[in-house]
Amino acid sequence: MGEDTESSKVNHSFLRDYVTEADVISTVEFNHTGDLLATGDKGGRVVVFQRETVVGHKPKGELDQVGETGESGEYNVYSTFQSHEPDFDYLKSLEIEEKINKIRWLPQQNAAHFLLSTNDKTIKLWKVSERDKQPEGYNLKDEEGRVKDISTVTSLQVPVLRPTDLMVEVRPRRVFSNGHTYHVNSISVNSDGETYLSADDLRINMWHLGITDRSFNIVDIKPANMEELTEVITAAEFHPHHCHLFVYSSSKGSLRLCDMRASALCDRHTKLFEEPEDPGSRSFFSEIVSSVSDVKFSHNGRYLLTRDYLTAKVWDLHMEKGPVETYQVHDYLRTKLCSLYENDCIFDKFECVWNSSDSVIMTGAYNSFFRMFDRETGRGVTLEAWRETSKPRAVLRTRRIYTGGKRRRGDVGVDSLDFTKKILHMAWHPEENIIAIASTNNLYIFQDRVSPDTQDPDLGSNTI
Amino acid sequence: MFPKGTKRKFSDSGDEPAAGGEDVNQPSSVAVRMLSSYSLQRQSLLDMSLIKLQLCHMLVEPNLCRSVLIANTVRQIQEEMTQDGTWQIMTQALSAANAAAQCSADRLVATEVLCRQTEATQGEQVLKPFPAVGSEGCPAEEEVVVEEEGEGGVTMSTVSPQAPTSYLPGTFGMDPCWEEENGEDEEEDEDSEECGSGSEEGDSDRLVEDSRTAEQVFGTFEIKNPAPSPDPALEELFSDVDASYYDLDTVLTGMQSAPKMGPYDLLESLSSHGPSPLSSSTSCRSDLNELDHIMEIIVGS
Repeated sequence: MGEDTESSKVNHSFLRDYVTEADVISTVEFNHTGDLLATGDKGGRVVVFQRETVVGHKPKGELDQVGETGESGEYNVYSTFQSHEPDFDYLKSLEIEEKINKIRWLPQQNAAHFLLSTNDKTIKLWKVSERDKQPEGYNLKDEEGRVKDISTVTSLQVPVLRPTDLMVEVRPRRVFSNGHTYHVNSISVNSDGETYLSADDLRINMWHLGITDRSFNIVDIKPANMEELTEVITAAEFHPHHCHLFVYSSSKGSLRLCDMRASALCDRHTKLFEEPEDPGSRSFFSEIVSSVSDVKFSHNGRYLLTRDYLTAKVWDLHMEKGPVETYQVHDYLRTKLCSLYENDCIFDKFECVWNSSDSVIMTGAYNSFFRMFDRETGRGVTLEAWRETSKPRAVLRTRRIYTGGKRRRGDVGVDSLDFTKKILHMAWHPEENIIAIASTNNLYIFQDRVSPDTQDPDLGSNTI
Repeated sequence: MFPKGTKRKFSDSGDEPAAGGEDVNQPSSVAVRMLSSYSLQRQSLLDMSLIKLQLCHMLVEPNLCRSVLIANTVRQIQEEMTQDGTWQIMTQALSAANAAAQCSADRLVATEVLCRQTEATQGEQVLKPFPAVGSEGCPAEEEVVVEEEGEGGVTMSTVSPQAPTSYLPGTFGMDPCWEEENGEDEEEDEDSEECGSGSEEGDSDRLVEDSRTAEQVFGTFEIKNPAPSPDPALEELFSDVDASYYDLDTVLTGMQSAPKMGPYDLLESLSSHGPSPLSSSTSCRSDLNELDHIMEIIVGS
């Protein structure tokens, strides 16, 4: 991150290929206004970007009045801090990775910003605040903080706050530890603003943001006999409006909506969303590719978006028997499942996101490609997040995978896809068409520019 | 990217019969070819799955979701193989192979399966998988040496991975990763729970344990009662496991601040502490000693 993107003429490929493992981005999340963007990486660090307020930047709706293109603010580094350190579980003699699995922002209540970050075992609440004033003129202490000799104090003065350079301070405010035996895969802040859930492979806990030494266990699918374990929890999320509802997905492709008013332990779901398996297409990999890797409520709270290995599905909360929409993300991989099983790619967990109006969904794929689907037309486009092909401010071109028929220039063959370049993590701005895509150690931010000549939006890029 | 020289997959081999210019008078040969290629495909998938489960992530706790999915795949294959009778064939083939144990000196690839009939499970075959691949310079880089004391002595077969037909993976009750033996082979003990190993993906040292319960890979995440093993050879192997870790009191005092963990949870977290302290080098060494010992018995020297 922060590399010079203008040096495209110099061959830096050998440097680019050297990616420090710790720099690989493992999660991306916008805050509720979209002004802040947080990324977590495998080294346990969190980098927060802030959108700069450009003079002349008009809020959404007045874009057409600002010059030829609505010039939106860019995202610059606001703060960096080490959230989690590598740890060691002495009982099991196993290391605990410091990789940040998820970051979730709390809704802003005062001048400070709060975010939750989690690794496999421990969740932390961080306070990000600005300080641009400093008190000066203490009576008993001098400017460096040393205690003054009383005899030198001849008069009293009132300390005043003087402006200083902006400082961003990050402090851990809560550490929620020892809540999980298995690896935490999801956290979700409740709409009540007071509680949040954390889900691991077999259990979901609900915490109060102010209480760190205990949590409620609300889902437990651990069988009494571990030998009977066939299903694990893969993701969980609270409903955006109803503080009593949450959903969790499983490795068998099912979703369970639970109502916390029904009972304290929500092992029995309120609704079970499951698509019956097509017996004709059953293979040894059917179960693996049906495992849901991510689940997201729509902003309006009426739909669920899920991602499994080959598809993205939209479910209506009122209809349990199957998804209302299914989008093929990379169906050309269906015949390659055995090889993908061999190289473990079949276990990759892709995320999926909604746009602000719930009309477009987006998810990642291989070869630095990501896909966007327009729900109204059902059309999908393939885009690429790769430095070679996108200069800053350049318009993203759509890409195609060649699967037969007439081959066009620029089409990529299935066998030349790079499976090490996977787009797993991404985020969509809550209000505008700005997306953040993580590709190994790079973060790409694309903004929608509606050109005045046509109504087709293109995407301009800003590589960080 | 896909490694070069990858075996042709089922989807490719599906083209074979069509392209082969087969004689229409012998449609059965096509069917046979397709069937055998499917079987080979299935077999290689099974081998691959078992190896994946064995992979040793010594440092970091392995991904439970991945393990569960692989285990389910193995179970599915095994069920299918049982249904079409392939399982029986392989069982017999393996018994024959057991009798003529071949050792490949340079590779020491020990892939073992023990097939055993048990009285309790009325005729149902219970197989024990030992997909133990231990080698010097084996490309898979796993060093799992498994041995078992079966009825009538030690049976051990060394099979190279290139001969998948003689490799019988085994059951479901599957347990590719093993826990320590509870000593009594014939003991019918549903609750005889063995200590889990450090991770379900294989510590190098695995002792196969005779169990008829569906013992799975996630058994490693669970600890059960540390069963005393009267067998002296096993005692030796586990001599360096610190028994005090199994003392619940010790653990409890160390975890006063744990909010929601009851004794059951603590037991679980103890579970993978079982053989995990055994480092690969010490366990391999003791395994090789055992191996020598056993070879002597077989050879009768």
